Amino acid sequence: MTPGQTTTSAPLLRVQNLKTHFHTRQGAVKAVDGVDLELAPGEILGLVGESGSGKSITGFSILGLIDPPGRIVDGNIEFDGRDLLAMKERELRSLRGNDIAVVFQDPSMTLNPVLRVDTQMIEAVRAHEKVSIEAARQRARDVLVKVGIPSPDERLRCYPFELSGGMRQRIAIAIALLNRPRLIIADEPTTALDVSIQGQIIHEVRSLCRETGTALIWVTHDLAVIAGLADRIAVMYAGRIVETGETDEVIHRPMHPYTRGLIESVPSGSTRGARLHQIEGMTPSLPELGEGCAFRDRCHRATDQCRVTPDVTLLGDTREFRCWHPETGGEQ
Amino acid sequence: MSTFVINRLLQAFLVLLVMSVLVFVGIYLVGDPISMLVSPEATDLERDAVRESFGLDRPIFVQYVTFLGSALQGDFGRSFLTGEPALQLILERMPATVELVGFAMFFSVVIGVPLGIIAGLRPEATYSKVIMTGSIFGFSLPTFWVGMVLIMLFAVQLGILPTSGRGETVQVGAIELSILTLDGLRHLILPALTLGLTKASLIIRVTRAATREIQAMDYIKFARAKGLSSSRILRVHLLKNVLIPIITVAGLEFGQALAFAVVTETVFSWPGMGKLLIDSILTLDRPVVVAYVLIMVLFLVLLNLVIDLLYMVIDPSSREKVRD
Amino acid sequence: MTVQSTSAAKPARARVDTPFRRITRQFFENRLAVLGLIILIVLTVPAFLAQWVAPQNPYDIGTLDIFDSQLPPLSKSSTGDITYWLGTDGQARDVLSAILYGMRTSLIVAFSAVAGALFIGTAVGLIAAYFGGAVDAILMRMVDIQLSFPAILVALVLLSVLGQGIDKVIIALIIVQWAYFARTARSSAIVERNREYVLAARSLSLGSRRIIFRHMLPNTMPPLIVIATIDLAHAITAEATLSFLGIGVPVTEPSLGMLIANGFEFMMSGEYWISFFPGIALTLIVLGINLVGDHLRDILNPRNAQ
Repeated sequence: MTPGQTTTSAPLLRVQNLKTHFHTRQGAVKAVDGVDLELAPGEILGLVGESGSGKSITGFSILGLIDPPGRIVDGNIEFDGRDLLAMKERELRSLRGNDIAVVFQDPSMTLNPVLRVDTQMIEAVRAHEKVSIEAARQRARDVLVKVGIPSPDERLRCYPFELSGGMRQRIAIAIALLNRPRLIIADEPTTALDVSIQGQIIHEVRSLCRETGTALIWVTHDLAVIAGLADRIAVMYAGRIVETGETDEVIHRPMHPYTRGLIESVPSGSTRGARLHQIEGMTPSLPELGEGCAFRDRCHRATDQCRVTPDVTLLGDTREFRCWHPETGGEQ
Repeated sequence: MSTFVINRLLQAFLVLLVMSVLVFVGIYLVGDPISMLVSPEATDLERDAVRESFGLDRPIFVQYVTFLGSALQGDFGRSFLTGEPALQLILERMPATVELVGFAMFFSVVIGVPLGIIAGLRPEATYSKVIMTGSIFGFSLPTFWVGMVLIMLFAVQLGILPTSGRGETVQVGAIELSILTLDGLRHLILPALTLGLTKASLIIRVTRAATREIQAMDYIKFARAKGLSSSRILRVHLLKNVLIPIITVAGLEFGQALAFAVVTETVFSWPGMGKLLIDSILTLDRPVVVAYVLIMVLFLVLLNLVIDLLYMVIDPSSREKVRD
Repeated sequence: MTVQSTSAAKPARARVDTPFRRITRQFFENRLAVLGLIILIVLTVPAFLAQWVAPQNPYDIGTLDIFDSQLPPLSKSSTGDITYWLGTDGQARDVLSAILYGMRTSLIVAFSAVAGALFIGTAVGLIAAYFGGAVDAILMRMVDIQLSFPAILVALVLLSVLGQGIDKVIIALIIVQWAYFARTARSSAIVERNREYVLAARSLSLGSRRIIFRHMLPNTMPPLIVIATIDLAHAITAEATLSFLGIGVPVTEPSLGMLIANGFEFMMSGEYWISFFPGIALTLIVLGINLVGDHLRDILNPRNAQ
């Protein structure tokens, strides 16, 4: 297993202090509240968190696909040295699907039900390159072969409803790969699929990214999926990233009590027969969130100090966490 | 596909049969048609003679079979009033009504779909709220009164548009059309506007609801994520999906408008089959009423079939359901 | 029991359990809906009190003065004791009074028709939902056929058979409207039927009447209220249309539709007020109902609850 490129080289993507809020009648919901992320070219990052932690919104913010009442209120997003938030809609559009592509969670919903697969693939090519329909079709065909779809010509003529869920997700992935993007944001792309197909797709995506040097942000709530896929992990809780680090490090030596809770609630060989760990309490409701560590009400290590929002603690080159009372600190 | 059409035609035939029984029993047997056929001073003997000559003394079942037999051959009896065959009377008037309704529906779709999409894309915007309030207002207006007010305004006060009739027509094949002459078009505008106003309001609402629903779909977001231009997303991804419910509603409303043309035709003295129906009801001309109802039933049944076929063209997944 | 119903509350059920107050509050948050309600109150209260508040009884021939016919709005009567705020018609009737009396007739017809259709339709819908199978299939087939024909056409043909009269118009309107209620009642009752506690109640062989009335009926109420409100608008328009065509209510009890029809010929000669104002009254009533109904649908629809 090759460890990912270190973040010392010029980053492909740099997100700083990103804040995406949703303005509702009950007040602003701070779905993403100060997220920092860095991604090197070709790196695979697992963005982990429970539903409502803001991980998908982070992904959509990078693409500039936040709809009202949502709005990016603060922060900085740099892609390849260019400021995405300062870009006009035209420039952003030329980036989307070209340099930055996306795969959604539910394959039954991502493909337009009334358009044939070829229409949806060809338009994705021709939105960014002036090529003939035939050339675009040829490229679509090649990519379908690459993502492991048998008899691609036949599939191109299909409507989405004629294909299985796994097949549709492969096509969605193929669409993401069409224009050789430098970054793919995959939002829980295997959650809606059968476990057996899940494994296949994760394996294929990983090897495709390695092959083409594409960076990948894989958003998921499932730590087990990420463990075998990502170079690095970022754990999100209540709109903030509470811990980042290389996959092995984070899995074997979690610093944040929340990360540890997540790891312990994944079944494994060693926990067979034992009662699975469960993080007590519920994800806090975002509008009620005030100052301080958002996890403190569920945390067994919490003290009065946690009423103040913890700063980022650096550990070595690549580890970062936000906690006053880390799990495996100096005392171990 | 062809089994589907055959199935639907069989179904349609059944509905037609059931309706013919209902209409026959309802219209032919309630009240005594004899009283309209003979003079009030006629003796019982004369009445019986007439009754016998029309076959009205035979059992209901036999009468129905006779009626059905001749109806199948296109013979719905003759108008009590003019003595002309009822079917012919209606067919002569049909083009005028279809032209009026077609123009009205065209108008309502052309107005309704764009406004509905605009209101659906930005539901919170002020102009969307204005459109929606306008549409509630639009279908609260009673059609016949709108017609009268339009006449008062454009014909009586301003004197720029005619109030009644079809105006000059052009013979196209066996059919006369008003829309092809300027005079005919001027005659057509007010009645079509009257009839189309309510329909436009309805189409606005359906379009807006569909637009909002589809706008929230993942595949629209995915289309944006692919970097497509917003005009392509609107024209191809959104519109094609929005059209599915619109076609259903517009089709059904075409049938409704065809019936409702009765009102518009009365206000504007438009010589269509609706005006004929009202005149026949008021003069108790039952053969014409029966013929009108059965032709209308046939028309509606065929219309539903056409809607389903159109639906299959636009929504590919509905083809799948048909195959099963 | 209470514990279970609160913890397992799905939006649809939560709606039913929601206190009346909450719906009222949501209702008054919408300015247009409140406007609709105000329009309705301002119009219907005087209409029902027409006997006492109308300046004149337009159907008491004795009070009419033929010299006062076709007077424009704001004219004084020849005797000087009445101001005809909205003018008079061809028979010297005060248009305002005629509107109030006519509105009363229109409202009575519409309310009776909707109540009848609501009762019959709900009964049919619940029976279809409860028994299912062939009963359901036959009843719903009837509903489908009925709904595939334009209401106005069915009403026209029915009235041509039944003849004129307030009762006949009500019957015709019930016949064209029951099917909407049947379909709505059935679909919401079926949702309820498949819930576990109804299955449990059936397996305990509780009487079908109890299951239908205690469990299925309450669940169907919110959508039925919405349909009933909007149908009231339809009924008023339909009655007016039928009367305008001359086959609705008899001349002795003119409704708004007939008033408008009577003024048609005068409109051509510029005496607009005879049918213009009844038309305004009709539009406002229907508009008021639609504004209220439109918002009711939004707040009673569990899908839009958030």
